[in-house]
Amino acid sequence: MSKELEFLSRHVASGKLNRRDFLGRAAALGVGAAFANTMLADAAKAAGPVKGGTLKAGLQGGESSNVLDPALNLSQVNFSFGKCWGELLVELKPDGSLEQRIAEEIGSSPDAKTWTMKIRKDIEFHDGKTVKPEDVVATLERHSDAKSKSAALGILQGIETMKVDGDNVVIGLKDANADFPYLMADYHLVIQPNGGKDDPNAGISAGPYKVTINEPGVRYGGEKFKNYWQGDKLGHADQVLILVINDATARTAALQSGQVNMINRVEPKIVDLVKRISGVTIQNVSGRGFYPFNMFCDTAPFDNNDLRMALKLAMDREEMLQTILRGYGSVGNDFPINEAYPLFPADIEQRKFDPEKAAELYKKSGHSGSILLRTSDVAFPGAVDAAQLYQQSCAKAGITIQVEREPGDGYWSEVWNKKPFSLSYWGGRATQDQMYSTAYVSSADWNDTRWKRPEFDKMVIAARGELDEDKRKKMYHDIAMVMRDEGGLIVPFFNQYIDASGKGVEGWVNNPAQEMCGGYALAMCWLAA
Amino acid sequence: MGSPVLKLVAQRVALGVLLLFAVSVLIFAGTQILPGDVAQSILGQAATPQALANLRAQLGLNDPAYVRYFRWLAGLLHGDLGHALSNGQDIATSVGDRLKNTLFLAFWAAIVAVPLAITLGLIAVRHKDGFIDKLISATTLATISLPEFFIGYVLIYYVAVYLQWFPSVSTVYDGMSFADRMRAIALPATTLTLVVLAHMMRMTRAAILNVMQSAYIETAELKGLSPFEIIRRHAFPNAIAPIVNVVMLNLAYLVVGVVVVEVIFVYPGMGQYLVDHVAKRDIPVVQACGIIFAAVYICLNIIADIASILSNPRLRHPK
Repeated sequence: MSKELEFLSRHVASGKLNRRDFLGRAAALGVGAAFANTMLADAAKAAGPVKGGTLKAGLQGGESSNVLDPALNLSQVNFSFGKCWGELLVELKPDGSLEQRIAEEIGSSPDAKTWTMKIRKDIEFHDGKTVKPEDVVATLERHSDAKSKSAALGILQGIETMKVDGDNVVIGLKDANADFPYLMADYHLVIQPNGGKDDPNAGISAGPYKVTINEPGVRYGGEKFKNYWQGDKLGHADQVLILVINDATARTAALQSGQVNMINRVEPKIVDLVKRISGVTIQNVSGRGFYPFNMFCDTAPFDNNDLRMALKLAMDREEMLQTILRGYGSVGNDFPINEAYPLFPADIEQRKFDPEKAAELYKKSGHSGSILLRTSDVAFPGAVDAAQLYQQSCAKAGITIQVEREPGDGYWSEVWNKKPFSLSYWGGRATQDQMYSTAYVSSADWNDTRWKRPEFDKMVIAARGELDEDKRKKMYHDIAMVMRDEGGLIVPFFNQYIDASGKGVEGWVNNPAQEMCGGYALAMCWLAA
Repeated sequence: MGSPVLKLVAQRVALGVLLLFAVSVLIFAGTQILPGDVAQSILGQAATPQALANLRAQLGLNDPAYVRYFRWLAGLLHGDLGHALSNGQDIATSVGDRLKNTLFLAFWAAIVAVPLAITLGLIAVRHKDGFIDKLISATTLATISLPEFFIGYVLIYYVAVYLQWFPSVSTVYDGMSFADRMRAIALPATTLTLVVLAHMMRMTRAAILNVMQSAYIETAELKGLSPFEIIRRHAFPNAIAPIVNVVMLNLAYLVVGVVVVEVIFVYPGMGQYLVDHVAKRDIPVVQACGIIFAAVYICLNIIADIASILSNPRLRHPK
């Protein structure tokens, strides 16, 4: 029986039998539709990608004020389009390891201060020129120049020297950093001819698609680059098109009516409805983004660790996850790292809702009166509800929370990182070190919990320079424990990237690094015949 | 045509220009009191104090407000809307494309809505208080009572998703064929038509009914003219002033009030453009859009005023 089905499923994949007939035959053989569909999907994968056609995505996160310059790339649309035309030195694979792209090899000196990247030969830019080590250096120079306003400036600040050495680019760092290769996977660091110094907005790199349409805030398009260095590995469709659809309902309708083949940012509250649309598949993956409640560790009353711990224990994480994210996420443990990061310390005990213990610690802290918590719709979807839910779970521990709803306009400039107790979000970073360095060391501008501990800084710096993985894992475990038990951060949950693909879309591989298969959805998917 | 008409028209135009200046002051003042600093919003959270100071000097933000106002006004009068802060593009060029799209949508919505509304109004008068009159009033009032985003979503669900007749995403671009373009704007134009229909239709009906009470209508009836002929030849021309007024108001709405419809149907017009730049604190663009919207609104109202002046026989034929 299964032999016959296998045979038939291959027929479907090669286009000799249609899907409906196959499902009918499968039913006749006593096979459930779910299993039959799985077989079909497997057969389609085995048959290999279908070439040609136009693949369209409807994406949220594009404005008419956007530009193509990868240095200024901040929104989802530019991110996804950048993966179509841009090429990086290295890229993050779904399992968190690195894939070598323009950099064929990356090696370091034993002190992790000098890094040598061997630049792959014979990669062609869209304008016909060859990618040279000089282009790589020029790119890094442009992004590390404060005047470029590059969003990658922060991660390149550790670079002291860079030079071309034959086929290699040699980078000298101020301080040891074992994560240096991961930093090069930053999506802003698209390698451009002469680093994009001549025209940063030209949209020329070495990715699978050439830019053909650039209408900011409206649509973007690319056509297959014939001389793409990875050949057929990416870029199955002849044309790719991105429509900017910022309205959630319009996005869903576009997918449903088949105007686009995939969309991003399906809101958790409508996921169950979208699931029911025939042919549509919800693509969700745990990311690194989280929604923190930030307390300033240097401001009363939050300068008291008993009070901070009481507020952490008074958080009902499970309820919060089910109510605010409808289960599309995972509970947090009061440090900013989850299993999506390499070297995640998995053996740390999960903190649970414990109103009795919270009440006890609250009494011990000696604080009385209400505590002001600021929130806003823009902090994250459902942030106002989350604050109210927290108010109720705190009440069970005898802690009075006063919720203040702030206007979304100006929340990031007036409230976040300015007021002592507020809701926020973090998109996550490529490595644990980057996350801690960005927001939890004394010198960080974005230290939004005012967590200033010289000994903690030392731990982070030591872990950054450690090349031995086992030792490093142990160090990150210790860092997480300090953060979890003493820090000013309450992490109720990590979110998920929730995208959806339409009828006939095959080849989708979720990537915890980012939404839309890490941005590669248009380049790696194809439309089944 | 006598001098009183010319004088009145000149007065209206002069008032309109004055009003436009007043609006420009309001827009400028309004954008000044928005929270947050422009230089800060351009450079973002990571800005150093030095960079902020440089940028403020470069943008002339250290000058007093009235100096900046007159500098901006002088630019406006020379047709120079300045450059967008967020992407450095020339505002006049980028607004031009968007304005063209908005006017295109407004034009086709008006082409459908205005004759339809007036015809429905005439029919309603003809069948006053009858079933047809009530049906027309009920349907148009129902469509105006529903918020436009709701009408938009209902159309998307039934016409785009369920029947798949027209696309739900109305993206238009250069090089699109006329037929494709019309297909793309079918749903937003329908939504807009439904939203503005009732106002114009009800006003037509009321204005004509008002005229129908006059003695000369009775005379026309006694002459034996058919009811529709009376409405068309005798009542309508005399009811034109209020009708033109309400038509112009609705045309203005089609241009300046379409933000929500543009967002729902992802139509690349002025409204969407404005929203994007407000979010980025791109003050020059917000000011430019504001002044363009104000100009459209004031112009259409002047046209309405002039039309009603001209349609007034007492002014056209002075003794």
